[in-house]
Amino acid sequence: MVDMGKRTAPTPTEILQGTLDMLILQTLAIGPAHGHTIAHVIGHRSEEVLQVEHGSLYPALHRLEDRGWIASFWGTSENNRKARYYRLTATGRRQLTAELSRWKRVVRAVNQVLRPVEERE
Amino acid sequence: MNWRRFLRRDWWDAERAREIEAYLDIETSENIARGMTPADAVTAARRKLGNPALIREDIYRMNTVQWIDSTYQDLRHGLRLLRLNPGFFAVAGLSLVLGIGANTAIFQLLDAVRLRMLPVAHPEQLAELKIAKNDHCCSGMFAARRPNFTYPQWQQIRDHQQSFASVFAWGDRRFNLAGNGEVQYAEGLWVTGEFFQTLGVTPLVGRLIGSDDDRPGCGSPGAVISHAFWQKRFGGDPQVTEKKILLEGRHFPVLGVTPASFSGVEVGRNFDVAVPACAEPLIDSEDSYIPQRDHWWLAIMGRLKPGFSVDQATAQVAAMSPAVFESTVPPKYRPEEVKYYAAYKLSAVPAGSGVSSLRGDYEKPLYLLLAIAGLVLVIACANLANLMLARASTRQREIAVRLAIGAGRGRLIRQMLAESLLLAAAGVVGGVVVSQVLSRYLVSFLNLYLDLHTDWRILAFTAATGVLTCILFGLYPAFYATRIAPADAMKTTGRGLTSNREKFGFRRVLVVSQVSLSLVLLAGALLFVRSLRNLVTLDTGFRENGLLIANVDISRSNYNVERRAAYFRDLLGTVRHAPGVDDVATAAIVPVSGSGWNHTIEILDGPKQGNIVPWFNRITPSYFKTMDTPLLAGRMFDNRDTLASPEVAIVNEEFRKKYLGGANPLGKEFRLVVGPGEPQHVYQIVGLVRNSKYQSLRDNFVPIVFVAADQEKDPGFGVNMIVRSSAPLGSLMPELKRAILSVNPVASIEFKVFKTTLRESILRERLMAILSGFFGFLAAILATAGLYGVISYMVARRRNEIGIRVALGANRANILRLVLREAGVLLVAGLVIGTGLSIAAAQTAGSLVYGLQPSDPVTIELAVALLAVVALAASLIPALRASRLNPMAALREE
Repeated sequence: MVDMGKRTAPTPTEILQGTLDMLILQTLAIGPAHGHTIAHVIGHRSEEVLQVEHGSLYPALHRLEDRGWIASFWGTSENNRKARYYRLTATGRRQLTAELSRWKRVVRAVNQVLRPVEERE
Repeated sequence: MNWRRFLRRDWWDAERAREIEAYLDIETSENIARGMTPADAVTAARRKLGNPALIREDIYRMNTVQWIDSTYQDLRHGLRLLRLNPGFFAVAGLSLVLGIGANTAIFQLLDAVRLRMLPVAHPEQLAELKIAKNDHCCSGMFAARRPNFTYPQWQQIRDHQQSFASVFAWGDRRFNLAGNGEVQYAEGLWVTGEFFQTLGVTPLVGRLIGSDDDRPGCGSPGAVISHAFWQKRFGGDPQVTEKKILLEGRHFPVLGVTPASFSGVEVGRNFDVAVPACAEPLIDSEDSYIPQRDHWWLAIMGRLKPGFSVDQATAQVAAMSPAVFESTVPPKYRPEEVKYYAAYKLSAVPAGSGVSSLRGDYEKPLYLLLAIAGLVLVIACANLANLMLARASTRQREIAVRLAIGAGRGRLIRQMLAESLLLAAAGVVGGVVVSQVLSRYLVSFLNLYLDLHTDWRILAFTAATGVLTCILFGLYPAFYATRIAPADAMKTTGRGLTSNREKFGFRRVLVVSQVSLSLVLLAGALLFVRSLRNLVTLDTGFRENGLLIANVDISRSNYNVERRAAYFRDLLGTVRHAPGVDDVATAAIVPVSGSGWNHTIEILDGPKQGNIVPWFNRITPSYFKTMDTPLLAGRMFDNRDTLASPEVAIVNEEFRKKYLGGANPLGKEFRLVVGPGEPQHVYQIVGLVRNSKYQSLRDNFVPIVFVAADQEKDPGFGVNMIVRSSAPLGSLMPELKRAILSVNPVASIEFKVFKTTLRESILRERLMAILSGFFGFLAAILATAGLYGVISYMVARRRNEIGIRVALGANRANILRLVLREAGVLLVAGLVIGTGLSIAAAQTAGSLVYGLQPSDPVTIELAVALLAVVALAASLIPALRASRLNPMAALREE
């Protein structure tokens, strides 16, 4: 979902914001993960097209947790280090479904606009 | 936003810091695994993450409420600034505390006297009944503070009114609680049976007076006491209903106690005891007011029926007025008086905030004092604004730097306002404390009973005052300080030869308005002080020092008329020989006590004149000697004047001037104009005395007729003895008491120092003089400080210029003149404007000043001179400092 809201001059991170939320939720749908993993998974699964700015990940995680879409706990990482893990909550799962359907609508709409113009007359 | 997050934001911050730390940890170890050196691995991880501090700040901001946090910061910053300048804080805080405190105190009084509703159920439904104002109301005997109705009228009104769910009447009366000897008074109320029920008062202990208690001929049905009296007299005894209370020598069972919140319906007065009106004949026996149609002693109030307005009630009671008055005509009235009487109209006025005679006396002075205190606060604010401006200009460089590196102007203004807000808050807190002390002092000064609890109106007033002052003194300096273009400020700070005139202009305006306003207050203060002085020093016609009034009452002795006359002669003789007594006399009317007695007379063998109504007094022969009022012609009363001899009178100069056209009064005769069936009296004038004050010091001399006490056919049960003594009056009282009780052991006595009576009669003038004097003094100090500040500031800003002038050959006198001219211009501008304002404002003082015009030129000139001298002296200090400037030091400094 591209947020082209009221602001007249959106900064790149702001454009990404709504999408980033969805991407995080989608990543967590697979299973609990810590911040580092999430960042890498998003980069990896988008074939490195979407480079998540790792710094902006944490405020996003904080926001999502604040809304109750994800929950966090301290765990031990694969290489035996303490890390904060996130998992999707039930509300988060519902939110993800809603976001995904909205995203699909937007993509379809944008594609409709972008298809080649048919000659008339 | 999430309050839990907000409150735990520091915990979250630590949590996120750990998390970010963990990220770096993992990334670094992965980097090392990819083959980087440890140092490179850390750097690369950091680069990938970005600035951890910024991330944390991002998250922190999400957790916080922006304005709370920044306000908190601003306040802390403000507090730190104030702590750095304790001198400024003290001066500013003190002037605000005094200003806000004075305003609140006076508002509190005004609130208690004027605005507050009675603490009873639905006070807005209460209305008072009155006889509509007319030129011929009313004549007869008056007792109580609100002598609006007679008992027969009350009966008619009670039986005929239709607009009120119920009505009640009450009258006030002091009851002597002591058995004999020196009297001890309780504030009493006569109440009709409907009183408590109509007001909706419920008893705290026992029961209250009801309709069944107030039946004609009820004897001694019992009394209800107030909470305060219960505490004071009975120590809050819960068994009080089994006790009795002695009122004027009669025992009354205590029925119950009213709640603490209830203090009657008269604002400014509390009551101790309430007694059913039907018990009045028991106490006043043969002088009972109840059957009398010309004894005015009751006030009437009622609770409107649901849906009835005060206007509707007025219409209804006006319509029933003829029935009420035609059936209650006093038999002694002359025909023309009867005509006027029958035409009286009743009307209803809202009484939800109670009734009070205080309002007439104190409403205007209090509003005036509130205005004065308000002006003082404005002047204090102007001073503060000036100080804040000065501080802002010393911080110009700091502000310019902050603006230059991107601080928002709004944020800077808020930060500067935070400092003002703190000051205002300190002022409000201190002001509330000061106001409590001040308002209690004022109430005890005025000898009132006022409920001064702090209600929402007072809190709102004080808070509004605080906010307003904050805006007044803080807003402009904050705007002004941040209006600078940073580059200019950085370039010019401390460099200019003279400071920017435009920016300096506002401070001049402030000083000019301060000077002009304080002139108004100073002139007002002088006006009231001079008015008081006029009253204190005026020619009263008697010598008031060394006089003691002893009111002796023997109503408990059941003496008949002859016995009473003999008793009073004995009493006078005994007291005359008591130790310490120089002279003694009796008088029916003690001068300046507020009482009076007048009567229509007709001068025999004289030209027909309009209504002649002089004032009367009944005195014993030594009265003029005791009072030290000189006899101008004829003779004093003496032992020739007896019940058997023709009636004689002594008149004063005003009587001669007004009624006799200045002719010799000796030998002239006049008669009292009396109603049908009353005894005829014809008096021959035998003496002429100097004018003296009668009812009040404020009144001009009035025509007075003195008649002889020895020719009184029906002396009452009480007498006012006036005793002159050169001994201290405190030590005289026990001697007098012994002498009086030796003649009759059951007499009750009340002492009063005459001088005290006089002082109490000009309470209002003293209040105005003291308070306006204090405020005027404060205003002058504030304005002087303001002028001093501005001139000092100007000298400081122009050090360089002055240094150059001195270096170029200006001498000390030149520099002195330069600075004083600056001060003089401001002062003269302020004084000119202030004089205009004073003349305009003087009209509001109107009737409150005695013996001079409100716009009295001498007063204003005096105020101008006073302020000019003080202000010039204050600006002389910085001027001298400037003239002693060492040019080399001044020039080198920059």
